Amino acid sequence: MGDSLLYFIEVTIGGLLAGVMYSLVALGFVLIFKASGIFNFAQGVMALFAALTLVGLMEKLGVPAWVAIVMTIGVMILLAWLIERLVLQHLVNQDPIILFMATIGLAYVLEGVGDLMWGSDVKALNVGLPDGAVDWMFDLGIYVTKLELVAAATAAALVAVLAVFFQRTRIGRALRAVADDHQAALSVGISLRTIWVIVWSVSGIVALVAGIMWGSSSGVQFSLSLIALKALPVLILGGFTSIPGAIIGGLIIGVGEKWAEIYLGDYIGHAIENWFAYVLALAFLLIRPQGLFGEKIIERV
Amino acid sequence: MLYREAGQFKTGYNTDQSIFPIRQDRWAIALFLAVAVVAVPLVIDDYWAKAVLLPLLVYAMATLGLNILVGYCGQISLGTGGFMAVGAFASYKLTTAFPDLNLIIVLLLSGCVTAAVGVLFGLPSLRIKGFYLAVATLAAQFFLVWLFNKVEWFYNYNATGQITMPPREVFGFLITGPEATPAATYLFALGFLIVFGLVAKNIVRGRVGRMWMAIRDMDIAAELIGVRPLMAKLSAFAVSSFYVGVAGGLYFTVWFGAVEVTEAFDINQSFQVLFMVIIGGLGSILGSFLGAAFLVLMPILLKNFMVNWLGVAAVTAKHVEITLLGVLIIFFLIVEPHGFARLWQILKEKLRLWPFPY
Amino acid sequence: MTQHERAIGDTLLKVDNISLGFGGVQALSNISFDIREHEIRAIIGPNGAGKTSMLNVINGFYHPQEGAITFKGEVRRAMRPHVAAKQGIARTFQNVALFKGMSTLDNIMTGRNLRMHKNILWQMLYYGPARTEEMEHRRRVEEIIDFLEIQAIRRVPVGKLPYGLQKRVELARALAMEPELLLLDEPMAGMNVEEKEDMCRFILDVNEQFGTTIALIEHDMGVVMDISDRVVVLDYGRKLADGTPDEVRGNQDVIDAYLGVPHDEGEA
Repeated sequence: MGDSLLYFIEVTIGGLLAGVMYSLVALGFVLIFKASGIFNFAQGVMALFAALTLVGLMEKLGVPAWVAIVMTIGVMILLAWLIERLVLQHLVNQDPIILFMATIGLAYVLEGVGDLMWGSDVKALNVGLPDGAVDWMFDLGIYVTKLELVAAATAAALVAVLAVFFQRTRIGRALRAVADDHQAALSVGISLRTIWVIVWSVSGIVALVAGIMWGSSSGVQFSLSLIALKALPVLILGGFTSIPGAIIGGLIIGVGEKWAEIYLGDYIGHAIENWFAYVLALAFLLIRPQGLFGEKIIERV
Repeated sequence: MLYREAGQFKTGYNTDQSIFPIRQDRWAIALFLAVAVVAVPLVIDDYWAKAVLLPLLVYAMATLGLNILVGYCGQISLGTGGFMAVGAFASYKLTTAFPDLNLIIVLLLSGCVTAAVGVLFGLPSLRIKGFYLAVATLAAQFFLVWLFNKVEWFYNYNATGQITMPPREVFGFLITGPEATPAATYLFALGFLIVFGLVAKNIVRGRVGRMWMAIRDMDIAAELIGVRPLMAKLSAFAVSSFYVGVAGGLYFTVWFGAVEVTEAFDINQSFQVLFMVIIGGLGSILGSFLGAAFLVLMPILLKNFMVNWLGVAAVTAKHVEITLLGVLIIFFLIVEPHGFARLWQILKEKLRLWPFPY
Repeated sequence: MTQHERAIGDTLLKVDNISLGFGGVQALSNISFDIREHEIRAIIGPNGAGKTSMLNVINGFYHPQEGAITFKGEVRRAMRPHVAAKQGIARTFQNVALFKGMSTLDNIMTGRNLRMHKNILWQMLYYGPARTEEMEHRRRVEEIIDFLEIQAIRRVPVGKLPYGLQKRVELARALAMEPELLLLDEPMAGMNVEEKEDMCRFILDVNEQFGTTIALIEHDMGVVMDISDRVVVLDYGRKLADGTPDEVRGNQDVIDAYLGVPHDEGEA
């Protein structure tokens, strides 16, 4: 195999693995948007908050990683309950933009509280995930870290679990009912408030997973919350309500971004990954306004 | 008892459609303007100008602009920071290329440049709506900041990547640069705000404003009665970006004097202005002023209170400030999602009947 | 306001073999009929017959796959809604489509949009031509407000008005366009008897005083038979009958499909 082909493969795999991370964050967005129509801007900060809590618990209490993870899950569920209690409950039936703004407010609160509790310095996160290059691939001349593979596997497992949760369990079906039609769901006796606590908990846990993966590779710091911004183009591409859309969209964005950086970067300047994903998503929308998996909407009057 | 409109008769559609149909309102606004134009410049010092009043004026301008787009035309934009950067860099390039050009002209032209850029990034609004559009406008935010950071032409190839405003005079008064007096910079910015506040009000109460609101409230019906979505949306993007661009220009020329794009115009800037719009009141000119004032003044008060009174360390105070800001925003959204403008309206209704509400 | 002689004239609008489908669903198949100047033309049929789709085709909101529409002698298959508006077709909607955040006055003023031409620069100053123009149109709008007896709610945001009044404001907005052809989609749906009587009176007055041609969809058969000159009956996207109210009433197909079924009578 030629070097350039090997390089291409390495770049592509790197892109796919980065894409998995985007998918994870996008998944958190989609879960909440589907169930409550809220564009949760705090999703990225939730990942940061979860990772900060995890590191804090491990450092301050000295507990083993798995105990700390369980405790953090507890914290995220508590957080979901608090958010429903203190914020969402009071904002039922408001315009989507008001709810969106409230989640930005929430992002500020989580960021401030996280920093106040655990400090704002960069922290290393080590929950015992393997590190270093994958040997047999390295021998072929392709550099892929074990952590990235674990992240991909975890994401795949998480998606599978969520799929089963939504398709097979009673709560999952209730969630889908709420997503389809709030009023109808209420009329058959599904409690909206319980549902909201559940989806926010689930996205809190998804955020924790994203936080662990991201934090393990580049440390827990404020910039972690910015991965949320990277996940947003995924939403345009895949649609705000489609779980497969979030996954495929994430992969497309991840790969497209890496290709662009490597093969276009020389011509138009580097560090384009901040905006390239957006342009990619927009260009796609111009061709297919309903997104990857959306159906064409027939407007009625 | 003082606030009554009884006995004030309208004699034509003209008077019925004036901005302040009630006489007491006209007096109040005249008094307020007199204080702002005459009294404030007499007592203003550097701290008040740079920390309080200029931020207030600049953000009020940006908020007006964003409110036109979000509040009146219903198109959510998260690219305000990027558009402010366009205004700042346009005024820098213009004033360094044509040192003799009057600063007022420079800022107006910068607004026009930003309007053109705004129209370009507003094009997706013709096909996508709501949060999809909001996310799309983030493209503008990131792309523009990247552009001004990467392309050296924009900062005249200097080594730091920073742009610095050279001293400029307007009508014989020094307005920019470190030597400019606080009163001069303040009055310059205030002049812009008064003129363009009035202009904004005029636009939104006329045909164009109604066109925007029609698109906002029901775009399909608007099209069926002859409003062209293309024209309405793009004109909103243009006018809105003009304001935001002028705000960015003022931010750079008279307020900071020197900026670095990635610090000054990052995404938090976009959110900040959007908060001002929401807290002030969507679709309200007065609300734009109130929202900007609230979010400029509140952090200053919080910080002073914590650092000077409670003796909290500055770093901790910063974290507490962010937290409290978040809490306050959520609290405010819960208590009055329609913003200060609605509160003001309710207050006026009460005042009209006071002290005999029944 | 000029008084028009209400005499039915030549063909104003002609619909020729219109077919419209969405994916697998055929909403309209081969529909042809005409509307003459100054007449009141009713389109009736059971739910899902394709009545609203027909109006949507006429004012350019839906684009049919086949057929042609002739309006004022000009033949076309489809056009953009705002072009239809410009040519003089106005419309009200089944589920009120007002601009909820705006006052009654502003809603109706928006109907004047196509007739206002002063550019944004004059408006920025709110002076000179822009102000004069605004006042002229305000005067015209006030006439419509008087005509429809909605003076008291001028300044009220329409979102706060009761349903019956909203329907009236919507009619006012359509009238402000001074259309040649006015399409009314269930103008009396959800109204009580008194409101219905008012609405009937307004429709007849518009037709008589302004000479406006009206095409309306309505479920209340009493109203339809009373006020319309000719009636076209649709069912499952096909045309069942076309003629004067009496002719339609006597048509066996129509009786089978629609009128003979008692529970459809006077449906809201």
